[in-house]
This record gives sequence, structure tokens and C-alpha cells, in this order.
Amino acid sequence: MITPDMLPSLAFYGFAFILVVSALGVITAKNPVYSVLLLILAFFNAAGLFVLLGAEFVAMILVIVYVGAVAVLFLFVVMMLDVDFKSLRKGAMHYVPLGVLLGGVLLIELFVLFKARFGTEVFPQADTLPEISNTQQIGAVLYTDYIFAFQVAGLILLVAMIGAIVLTHRTRPNVRRQNVAKQNATTQEDAMEIQQVETGKGI
Amino acid sequence: MIEILMPLFWIVLHILITVGILLVAVAYTTYAERKVMGAMQRRQGPMLVGPFGLLQPIADGIKLLSKETIFPERANKLVFFLAPMLTFTLALIAWAVIPIDQGLAMSNLNVGLLYLFAISSMGVYGVLMAGWASNSRYAFLGGLRSAAQMVSYEVSMGLVIVTVLLCVGSLNLTDIIEAPRPFWMQIMLFPMFIIFLISILAETNRAPFDLPEGESELSGGFLVEYSAFAFTLFFLGEYANMILMSAMTSILFLGGWHVPFGIEFLSFVPGFIWFALKISAVLFFFVWARASFPRYRYDQLMRLGWKVFLPLSLVWVVVVAGVLIATGTLPNMEAF
Amino acid sequence: MASNAFLLEYLPIVIFLCIAGGMSCVMLLFSLLVSKRNPDPEKNAAYECGFDAFEDARSKFDVRFYLVAILFIIFDLEVAFLFPWAVTLGKIGMFGFWSMVIFLGILTVGFIYEWKKGALDWE
Repeated sequence: MITPDMLPSLAFYGFAFILVVSALGVITAKNPVYSVLLLILAFFNAAGLFVLLGAEFVAMILVIVYVGAVAVLFLFVVMMLDVDFKSLRKGAMHYVPLGVLLGGVLLIELFVLFKARFGTEVFPQADTLPEISNTQQIGAVLYTDYIFAFQVAGLILLVAMIGAIVLTHRTRPNVRRQNVAKQNATTQEDAMEIQQVETGKGI
Repeated sequence: MIEILMPLFWIVLHILITVGILLVAVAYTTYAERKVMGAMQRRQGPMLVGPFGLLQPIADGIKLLSKETIFPERANKLVFFLAPMLTFTLALIAWAVIPIDQGLAMSNLNVGLLYLFAISSMGVYGVLMAGWASNSRYAFLGGLRSAAQMVSYEVSMGLVIVTVLLCVGSLNLTDIIEAPRPFWMQIMLFPMFIIFLISILAETNRAPFDLPEGESELSGGFLVEYSAFAFTLFFLGEYANMILMSAMTSILFLGGWHVPFGIEFLSFVPGFIWFALKISAVLFFFVWARASFPRYRYDQLMRLGWKVFLPLSLVWVVVVAGVLIATGTLPNMEAF
Repeated sequence: MASNAFLLEYLPIVIFLCIAGGMSCVMLLFSLLVSKRNPDPEKNAAYECGFDAFEDARSKFDVRFYLVAILFIIFDLEVAFLFPWAVTLGKIGMFGFWSMVIFLGILTVGFIYEWKKGALDWE
């Protein structure tokens, strides 16, 4: 029998199941576009899990930044870049030992952390104060207590911005650009000249 | 069992009513658009189907339903049909958080505004997927352009939302409407209102920013391979998005369900009617802009987004914050 | 689990998602069922100027589009940082204000750089 109290648990298993399945799909899909679309689905379900934890703000930011911006770039790249994914796949088997090693290390790490932190509890509990929304909780500490991390984030964004431009920007010669200020500043005198032409002489 | 089914039943009913109203609103928005455009161009608009052509949108719907669905042979079928479904679904589910009247929101989220922003930031996928899946040059170009255009204007939309947030101090849509707004604050937000109006035109790919579907150069853009109901879903999605953006404008800037200008004797009119009227006013602006302005050129469009709106709204965020601090009118002032 | 009164607010969204997705699916299938279909190779070909497409329409593209997408991510993150700040400015005071001004200042340096480099120009 389903009771209202069970809804969060049901939702958790639902989101977690879709998340794991779509994450598996991301790495097994033959078509890279399907991979990205499944990745988006995975992000969504991760956002759902965040909501279940009470982290509404993080959930929305996950959707806005990862689904709305990062995955758009991924999709751009796999859709538009003419990369031959079949030939990329050929050498993939060489990396299997390394992949297994890294995956194993991460798994052990997660396991140790989980044991140490949440040995007995099944669900980690979010520390929520009753009356303050978690957007305000984040805002209250991020810009003051964690100012160093915050400014470093700004610097990282700056580096990313400059890096992106240095890597991709090419100045093309002989391109005509619109100069709005110049266009607006053009007066009648600049644009045309009125001449009195005498009959039969021309200019 | 019954105690869990009854609330579920009410939620489903609420959703179905919302969807029903929305679809009728979309149908008559297209009708109103054709009528208003007609009036602006000294034509009559649709007149033949029903009195004053009032049944025209229904006739259009039935016609589209009976049309043949074409599967372009080189298209990726799955993504090809996923794209219109996604567009339509997104345009609908955003309405879950819109407060139609005092306390009449389906879900009164703490982060309602972020939810709206998240949903509208995903609109780009429908276009991008459609453009890629069609495997046609026009569609591909249209999808690409549209994606770049939508993301460019989303930044300034986000910054405009931040200025409003500074004034109201909450992400909850009901709180945003209820927050007190003195006259000078509205004056201060007015430039942002203009930027927001223009940005939503670009965000919904409406004229004069309808380059992705520019008939004269891309012959329909990302829509070129779509027919019958797949096209209809895109079409419904586009108009539902227009109505959604108008609702967002009226929540952020026009006071939602409140009586305009606080006129006392008009307060007997229910709030949702005011809300609908405000939405209609913004929709009228959409049509007006379409009838008045020639299409932008792509470089001009990108320049307007990145070189005008972005710096302007960024500066305005700091200015608004400064003014609010200086006058001591920030919401939840505790630290000063 | 944590107090989940607020979770109930999300329930309609999940149901709405199912209904809206189901509706669009049903409408598409219904239209496929009721409409006639007589496919034809010419009709199903991609829309082009009268002759068959020579190659796949998906091709390499101007790198500018990627640049726009990358810049968008950066500015989107900046906006994401601004949201909690705008909501809590009254609590964090002048220190919070100047902290954000410095953050925006750093990003403005990048913005001026890209402006000067012509990365925002579109030709």
C-alpha cells in the first residue's frame, strides 16, 4: 500500500534508477548525440535528487548551468564538429586497464568516505533551518565567510574566458564590419555633394 | 488509499484545466495576432470561418491534424520527433509555478523564479535537436543560429532578473508580486523592463529577431522539414512560450494580479482577470513589434545582445544595489 | 528524511511533466493514425534547391558559435553567483556588496579583453 510518507522514498528510487540507467547509456550509446541527450536526462534526475535532499537552489542551478549551458556546448560540439567517432573508438580498448584502475580507486574512496561519515544512517540529512530558504543560507556565507573561494572562482572564470578567446579567436582580414557610431555620425555633408552642373558640360 | 487519491485527483484536475485554458489561449493568440496585424496593415484578417473568423484557429488545428506527416529519409527519426515534444512539454510545465491569483499557484516553490529561468534556458534544445535531426542545410543553419541567439539573450535576461531580485529579496513568485514597490523603484527598474521586453522577443525567436526561421533566407529554418502535428507542436510551443514570457514580464514588472496603479474602485475585478489583461498587453507588444520592425541582421542581433544589453544590465545591477543600500530600502535589511 | 512539506510543492510538477509529455506523445501518434500517408522519395528528400543533397548537411562550423557557447557558460555562472547575492544583500552588508563588486570587476576585465579582441564581433 502506498502512503504519502513513502512518496519521497519512491521518488528517490525513481530518480536514482533513471540516473544510473541514463548514465550507463551515456557511455554505451553508439551515437554521441544520444550520449549527450542521455547526459541531460541524468542531470535532470540528479537535480531531482538534490530537491529530495532539500537543496532546492543547488538543484535549480544544476539545471540552469549544466543543462542550460554546459550541455548546450556539448551538444554543439558533437552535432556540429565533424569528428569521426568510429575511428576515435578504435583505440579505446587500450585505455581499459587505466579506466578500471581509476574507477576502482574512486569506488574505494567513495566506500571509505561513506563508511566514515554515514556509517549507520541510510540517507544523509541536509542541515536545514526551518524558516530560511537554502538560497539565503548559501548567500549568507558565500560572499563573506568564503570570500577567498568566491574570488578564486571569479579568477577561474576570467582564465576560462581569456583561454577560450586565445584558443578559438581568429582575426580575419578584409572583413567589413558595421561601425554604428560612424554611421550615426554621418551627416548630409559627408554623404553627398550638391553640384550645379552646367548644361552640356558634365562634371 | 482514498486519502492519497483525492489530492492527486485535484492536482490532475488543476493541471488539465490549466492545459485546457492554455491551449485555448494559444489558439486565440494566433487569431488575435492575425487580427491585430490585419488591422495594422488595413486588412481584415480572418473573417470567413465563423463570425468574424472566430473559429479560424480551430479550423487550422483540424487541418494540421489531418495533414500527412513526412519523415525526411535522412533524418534521425527519434530526435526528429523528440524535439517538438520537448518544446511543447517545456512550454507547458513552466506554468506549474505561475501564480494566477493570490495563492492560486499549482506549486508555490521557494525557488519559483529559478525554476522558470531553468525551464526557459532549456528551450534551446528543441531548436538545436530539430536542426540537427532534420539533416537539411536550412534546418541546420536555423538551429545553429537560433541556439546562439537564445543563449546570448539569456545572459541579459538573467541579469535583469537579478535587478528585480535585489528590489524584492525573494525567489518565490508570490513574494515577488507582493513585495512593496514605491514609484521611484519602478522608475529605476524601467530600463530593465525595456531590456527584458526586447530580450524575450529574441528568446522566443519572434520578429524582429526571427532569424532562425527567417522565411526569406532560410525558408523556415529549423522548421523546414516539419509537417503536420510535429509542426503543430512546435507552433503551440512557440505561442505557449510567448504567453509564458508575457506572464513572467507581468510578474516581474507589472505587479501580477494587482490592480494597475493601485486604483481603488477597480479592485472588485478578480485578480486573475488583471493578470490575463497584463499578459494580453505584453502579447500585444509582441504583435506590434512584429508588424512594425524589419528583421535584424545577425551581426546586429549579436551586437545588441553582447555589447549593449549585457554591459548595460551588468552596470545596472551594481547601480540598483548601490541605490538600495544608500536609501536603506533593501529587503531584509539587517546588516546596516 | 528531512522535513518534506516543501517537497509536496514539487509533486504537481512531476505529475505535470508526465501529463504534458504523455499528451504530446498521444497527439503525435493520433495525427499519425488519422492522416493519410503516401511517401515518395522526392517528398521525403531534404528540402534543397531542386536537386538531391550532395552530402550530409551536418558539417564543420564557424568556431564563433562555440565561442559564443563558452562565453555564455561563463556569464551564466556569473548570473548564478548573483542570484543568492541579490536575495541576501540585506544581511551580508557592505562587505558582501564590495565582495561582489570585486568579483564583477574581475569578470569585467575579461569582458573588456574579449571586446577589444573582437571576440564579440560577428562578420
